[in-house]
Amino acid sequence: MSGTNPELERLAKQEYKYGFVTEIEEDRLPPGLTEEVVRLISAKKEEPEWLLEYRLKAFRRFREMLDEGEGEPGWAKVSHAPIDYDAITYYAAPKQKPKLESLDELDPELRATYDKLGISLLEQKRLHGIGDGSRPGVAVDAVFDSVSVATTFKAELEKHGIVFCSFSEAVREHPDLVREYLGSVVPYSDNFFACLNAAVFSDGSFAYIPKGVRCPMELSTYFRINAAGTGQFERTLLVADEGAYVSYLEGCTAPQRDENQLHAAVVELVALDRAEIKYSTVQNWYPGDKDGKGGIYNFVTKRGACRGYRSKISWTQVETGSAITWKYPSCLLIGDESVGEFYSVAMTNNRQQADTGTKMIHIGKNTKSTIVSKGISAGHGDQSYRGLVKIGPKATGARNYSQCDSLLMGDQCGAHTFPYLEASNPTAIVEHEATTSKISDDQLFFCRQRGISEEDAVSMIVNGFCKDVLRELPMEFAVEAQNLLSVSLEGAVG
Amino acid sequence: MSEEVLVSIRNLHATANGTPILKGIDLDLRAGEVHAVMGPNGSGKSTLSNVLVGKPGYEVTKGEILFRGKNLLEMEPEIRAREGVFLAFQYPVEIPGVANNYFLRTAVNAARAHRGLDPLDAMDFLSLLREKMKIVEMPDDMMKRAINEGFSGGEKKRNEILQMLLLEPDFCILDETDSGLDIDALRIVAGGVNRMRSPERAMLVITHYQRLLDYVVPDRVHVLSKGRIVRSGDKDLALELEEKGYGWIETGDAAGARS
Ligand SMILES: Nc1ncnc2c1ncn2[C@@H]1O[C@H](COP(=O)(O)OP(=O)(O)OP(=O)(O)O)[C@@H](O)[C@H]1O
Ligand SMILES: [Mg+2]
Repeated sequence: MSGTNPELERLAKQEYKYGFVTEIEEDRLPPGLTEEVVRLISAKKEEPEWLLEYRLKAFRRFREMLDEGEGEPGWAKVSHAPIDYDAITYYAAPKQKPKLESLDELDPELRATYDKLGISLLEQKRLHGIGDGSRPGVAVDAVFDSVSVATTFKAELEKHGIVFCSFSEAVREHPDLVREYLGSVVPYSDNFFACLNAAVFSDGSFAYIPKGVRCPMELSTYFRINAAGTGQFERTLLVADEGAYVSYLEGCTAPQRDENQLHAAVVELVALDRAEIKYSTVQNWYPGDKDGKGGIYNFVTKRGACRGYRSKISWTQVETGSAITWKYPSCLLIGDESVGEFYSVAMTNNRQQADTGTKMIHIGKNTKSTIVSKGISAGHGDQSYRGLVKIGPKATGARNYSQCDSLLMGDQCGAHTFPYLEASNPTAIVEHEATTSKISDDQLFFCRQRGISEEDAVSMIVNGFCKDVLRELPMEFAVEAQNLLSVSLEGAVG
Repeated sequence: MSEEVLVSIRNLHATANGTPILKGIDLDLRAGEVHAVMGPNGSGKSTLSNVLVGKPGYEVTKGEILFRGKNLLEMEPEIRAREGVFLAFQYPVEIPGVANNYFLRTAVNAARAHRGLDPLDAMDFLSLLREKMKIVEMPDDMMKRAINEGFSGGEKKRNEILQMLLLEPDFCILDETDSGLDIDALRIVAGGVNRMRSPERAMLVITHYQRLLDYVVPDRVHVLSKGRIVRSGDKDLALELEEKGYGWIETGDAAGARS
């Protein structure tokens, strides 16, 4: 497109809305990654010996990889200056009472921060606009830099036997569960960033849904990076026992800073017989400015294991933030007739880069997977869909359907599709469809001639393009995601 | 017929990507009138309609366009639309993923907001939509489909007329809406256009064929050639053109080129 659109250029210059910094005193470790640092993190969290050992194993492996030059994976289609892992601070936590007796004791600065982000830490407050009082709220675990600062609705969830708390608390209160499942889906040695995370992970969320329980409300974690010069390395572990159901949402933002900050998370999901986990992400880390200065490096390993008969794991992600995203939420379809789904919208504008996709590993019989990936590139954004569908020799009757659509705005952006298929069972049926389209000047003008502003026309077309994915999100968040897409796209055309 | 001049085009010169296309158009449309514009391919008919609705890529180098006394050239395209200027496109675009009914409601509500009216809710809009769809004989399921996606040529044109019926603009420009229509579709489209005829509205109907004008009888007919109106007359001029072609006009002088 011709670069003639002043309205959109104006909007392009609009600032990232969540770029503010909270002034709060933080307890932080000096930068650098040493065995000492790993021990200190573990000690701060009063962790049991086995967990420290786990971290140290990961730390040694990570050092080995660094030393052998096995660093960041070279295959991802992203580029950045080398990361100095000794310049990063691995632990920063707001100073507050170590254990809050109630949510009322939360530091007002922190409460104000979450209010500003639109996240309610008040339990009585229901999500806006949902009239009928019987509708459950959303339980939130709020993670600020390296620690969880508050978790709402815990008592109500406990009535159903559901555990929902920060990862650190889970280690203290439910060590057996944590020990059984931690690293069981993503081993510490899985990849460079997973290994780094296993060594230094600070906090994150933990949920366990007992047998036959349908979680009565959405669970969510809201990640906020605040401190400068730090990385965030959170760890999330969700376990749905036989016949359980849970819908979980993750959101994230960070202040606007000129430096790049590293976010290397690990998420593990375990679904047992007939259990279902729906995991949704609305990722809005600071993307850097229009020239590509600053922004979060989002290098994340997310994987779910469908361990039982008819287990189901569904990933839905809307990725609009981060300077660089490297992320492949995957499903191990182990149980017979288990189901994996991946619905993704990834948007890159300005200088953002994203290499994202999924892996569907079919192991059990009659396993099914669906992949719907929608990539939107604008400005100088560059993105790749990278997806692996692997059908194991015993996966008789496995089926996969993949659809990858790219929408380009302007002629400076890029979209690439890398589908990989490894099928070792002849009965498998695998389908792949891909399209690339552009928002044309004629489409925009058509809308304007009908009285619709260009801005509304762009978001209407983009939302239309993404609707197969957006409708997978819980209703409350679908609206948020739509707005986010519009904001992230402002200035995209022209 | 009312004497009020709704649209006044004065000495309009316009270029497309730097090339002069319109070379001095003068045209007045009074409220209640239907004017037909005919002329050979490439004479500037679509350019004229595009300039009227403010399509980017054209530059007005001289002249003015007044709509209800207001300077149309100073308004953004969406404002012109909300003020009541409508173009039924010669080639309607497809917009995959955006449902027709959602799009139409957005458009109707944008115009309503502009006039200080409350938005129509989904139910009210639906009954309005149903009523208008009957006029153009469109089946219900077409509204759930994406805008023009996979529509046949004739269905796209009917969809344009449907949009016009919903938006109720005061100045309607139809750019070859009759081209490519079968006999039934032509009757349907013409029926839609005639419904819009009213003492408050003016229409500019661009066409190559008399057959539309049999249904939609124009008050004036203009012939555009090489960016100028070279002949104007009443409805009989169209019949004459049908019979003799354009040759006799183009070689002649521009006498009678006043609307
Ligand atoms: N964007 C543009 N750039 C360059 N030339 C253009 C552009 N738009 C139109 N023209 C030229 O202007 C002239 C008039 O085109 P226009 O589309 O207005 O003709 P028309 O009368 O509508 O023809 P038709 O009957 O074939 O629809 C043509 O020669 C065309 O090539
Ligand atoms: Mg034309």
